[in-house]
Amino acid sequence: MSTATLSCQELVELVTDYLEDALPPEERARFEHHLERCRGCTTYVEQIRITIELTGHVHADDLDPRTRDAIVEAFRDWSSTG
Amino acid sequence: MEQLQAPEDARVVDALRAGDEATFTMLVEDWSPAMLRVARIYVPTRAIAEDVVQETWIAVLRGIDRFQGRSSLRTWVFRILANTAKTRGERERRTVPLSALEDPLRVPEPAISADRFLDADHPNYPGHWASPPVSWSTQPEERLLGAETRAVIGGSIAKLPPGQRAVISLRDVEGWGSEEVCNVLGISETNQRVLLHRARAKVRQALEEYLDAGTEQ
Repeated sequence: MSTATLSCQELVELVTDYLEDALPPEERARFEHHLERCRGCTTYVEQIRITIELTGHVHADDLDPRTRDAIVEAFRDWSSTG
Repeated sequence: MEQLQAPEDARVVDALRAGDEATFTMLVEDWSPAMLRVARIYVPTRAIAEDVVQETWIAVLRGIDRFQGRSSLRTWVFRILANTAKTRGERERRTVPLSALEDPLRVPEPAISADRFLDADHPNYPGHWASPPVSWSTQPEERLLGAETRAVIGGSIAKLPPGQRAVISLRDVEGWGSEEVCNVLGISETNQRVLLHRARAKVRQALEEYLDAGTEQ
């Protein structure tokens, strides 16, 4: 990897470290410098941000209702004997 | 120890100890979807994961008197879950995904297919986008926020390897911080970021395929 510049292909691999604030200051500066001049990478980072936001609207699968009922039944047993 | 406990946790734990079924049911409904995802790191089927979640809640009830609030209640419950699932997974002799969780860097995996970039020996723009992403800013809001888009995301998460699926579920679906995820899964910050990075890249890819297909003329 060049010390002076970051290619687009390198940048996309650093996006999560960038968003998690885990890049060392120099690398962060290189990252931001690249973004300022690269529309493709700016779009990519924007898409990752949108992806994160939209993933927050997803609801994961619930338990099978039978499992849920068995767990609540176990609670009743436990609280009546506890 | 008591002063380390969040006020909300203290209230919930008191309610559980007092046999408050509504509080218990609420916790089960809130946390079990993510618990299933974490269990699936270690066990091979959804049915076994359901068993592990059930076993965990029973262990939580048996142990609730010993809960001292050194961690949050949620972290404590999910650690019991992870341990229960690990034990069960060892019995099922399923160890491959576990090693993938502990050492994801051993198998490299690009965020974006190499054929979307110019070759490394390109005279002017090595490694530059050959086929850059197209901004989603012109996508109608209703489309981005629609049920079909959510289904695309849900489908792509379901197809991820178990470690990536668990990490993106906890971080981006449930909104946990990285520290709690590392604590529950027993992995380093670095490995957690690698798993998250790969998961997000694949979900973005699935969204791109879906959104681009709908706008092509």
